[in-house]
Amino acid sequence: MKILVCISNVPDTTTKIKFAEGNTSIDTAGIQWVINPWDELSLTRALELKDDVTSGIKSVTVIHVGTAASEPTIRKALAIGADDAIRVNAISSDAWFVAAQIAEVVKKEQFELIMCGIESSDYNGSIVGGMISEFLGIPSVSAVSDIKIENGQPVLIREIDGGKEVVNVPVPFVAIVQKGIAKEPRIAAMRGIMMARSKPVKLIEPVAVDPMTQVVEFEKPAPRAACKFVDADNPAQLLDLLQNEAKVI
Amino acid sequence: MSVLVYTENWDGKFKKLSFELVSYATGIAKMLNTTVTAVSIGRVDEGELSRLGNYGANKIINVNNEQLAVLDSQAYASVISEISGKENASVIVISNNNTGKAIAPRISVRLKAGVGSGVSRLPLNLNPFTVYKRVCSGSAFAHLVIKSDVKILTLAQNSYDLIETPVNATIENLNPVVDGSLLKTVVKNVQKQSGRILLTDADIVVSGGRGMKSPDNWPPLVELATLLGAATACSRPVSDEGWRPHEEHTGQTGKIIAPNLYIAVGISGATQHLAGISSSKYIVAINSDKDAPIFEAAQYGIVGDAMKVLPKLIEAVKEIKK
Ligand SMILES: Cc1cc2nc3c(=O)[nH]c(=O)nc-3n(C[C@H](O)[C@H](O)[C@H](O)COP(=O)(O)OP(=O)(O)OC[C@H]3O[C@@H](n4cnc5c(N)ncnc54)[C@H](O)[C@@H]3O)c2cc1C
Repeated sequence: MKILVCISNVPDTTTKIKFAEGNTSIDTAGIQWVINPWDELSLTRALELKDDVTSGIKSVTVIHVGTAASEPTIRKALAIGADDAIRVNAISSDAWFVAAQIAEVVKKEQFELIMCGIESSDYNGSIVGGMISEFLGIPSVSAVSDIKIENGQPVLIREIDGGKEVVNVPVPFVAIVQKGIAKEPRIAAMRGIMMARSKPVKLIEPVAVDPMTQVVEFEKPAPRAACKFVDADNPAQLLDLLQNEAKVI
Repeated sequence: MSVLVYTENWDGKFKKLSFELVSYATGIAKMLNTTVTAVSIGRVDEGELSRLGNYGANKIINVNNEQLAVLDSQAYASVISEISGKENASVIVISNNNTGKAIAPRISVRLKAGVGSGVSRLPLNLNPFTVYKRVCSGSAFAHLVIKSDVKILTLAQNSYDLIETPVNATIENLNPVVDGSLLKTVVKNVQKQSGRILLTDADIVVSGGRGMKSPDNWPPLVELATLLGAATACSRPVSDEGWRPHEEHTGQTGKIIAPNLYIAVGISGATQHLAGISSSKYIVAINSDKDAPIFEAAQYGIVGDAMKVLPKLIEAVKEIKK
């Protein structure tokens, strides 16, 4: 079995986001780019599965749709332990475009398990994984917090409102993973960083697809009013504000 | 033309988010000068179905098919896409919760419809069709133009008020033929927590961070939550340490919630934590450090030791509940 892990390249989650070009784009100056946190966890789980010889996982490939500027993120994924990488050489215009490109690659190269994070921390779309599966006409399971391979068959845990389900699904399929999928992201060791340099990154030119959506403007949320402080010995005053000013209790 | 809205139910009753979705769909239908068709999948009786009319649904399609008892995103997407075609829907409204995230992108591909996910306001503009959506985990918002003929919008939970605009809804029962080859998801086992208020549904949430010092210090926090009819939550280090269950973890990598009131106790207010709670209508912070960043996000604050403030707050709540 082969695993494909989809990775997105996003600003470090502590970045103070600023905009450029009349608020039509994100100002990339000084931004530290990282593997999307969900994708990092998803890659970690894929590698854990491969480490377990009983799982029958032969290889873990990462795929990224982006320009050469995101090479460092791909190298990081290889340093963490992916066997090889594929980069579709294009600007990732929107979720539709990205999903269509990845589906195109999967049609040519066979992967049994395709893993996507539940969202990317920049556009918060939560749609790429589901789109890939529908482009391919294969099942997808969303909100997955655990994947095991038992006797060659995937066994997943899916989070539902107020509970969990144990789910079986035949390969090939897309797993859209979230919290719980791995405890901590795996860190690249020195040896991994050295080895990453010589691991193959396959470059693929994009197929022609028109994006469906476009951001035309960014804005910051309206600033909140300054905090009103209440004396620690007088919590009744807080309740009065919550009852009569905010009207939330 | 119509606006189609996919509602969700639980044990035969609509979830609150279904009424938010219908209110939102009705708002869009007004802008487009058209009607609202609501879809319900699962066993819901007629009395409950007709409640969707209170929020403006003109037509309710009640899908009852045992094959759809388990959420299989492929099968659900095919059924909803088919209904959308029949109803000539130009906009489809779905929740941005786990179920919505599972089915919206699949419907998108089936109908070649662009998705605006996590919207919290009515469209800003109809031509070009522009929606207002959360990006950068809440630290920014984007005006997103959707270029396709059919548009799919996923609505952030708790972000749109319930608006009563009663109409006489017609109910149509439908038992669609589901292509068996689309039913691949097999649920082996379900574990449901019962009796607790769901974090994502709660109007009030009381949340604890590392400043609570030890899992043994949680009883007053839980007592406060119970008195307020609130759900409990926590920051990531707290669930990582195993002080509280993982379901309670809120933030960038946990649950994203938008209650009317979020009470943060001993939480510093890291950007990754705020990413999960910044859409709350009101935030109260209780923290011993007057410079903690959480106070920049909060409307009301108490500087003090949580272990001293919580008991006093509990007494004060008991006083007003009398
Ligand atoms: C990729 C990534 C994703 C992350 N995702 C999340 C996420 O989803 N959710 C999340 O929460 N974090 C997340 N984090 C972690 C985040 O950066 C913070 O470390 C975390 O939120 C801090 O938790 P805390 O506020 O409970 O603890 P701390 O930052 O340690 O804050 C404790 C607070 O308690 C106060 N305090 C101490 N004693 C008392 C007392 N006696 N009474 C009252 N107050 C007291 C202190 O003043 C302090 O402000 C993420 C980090 C990364 C890198």
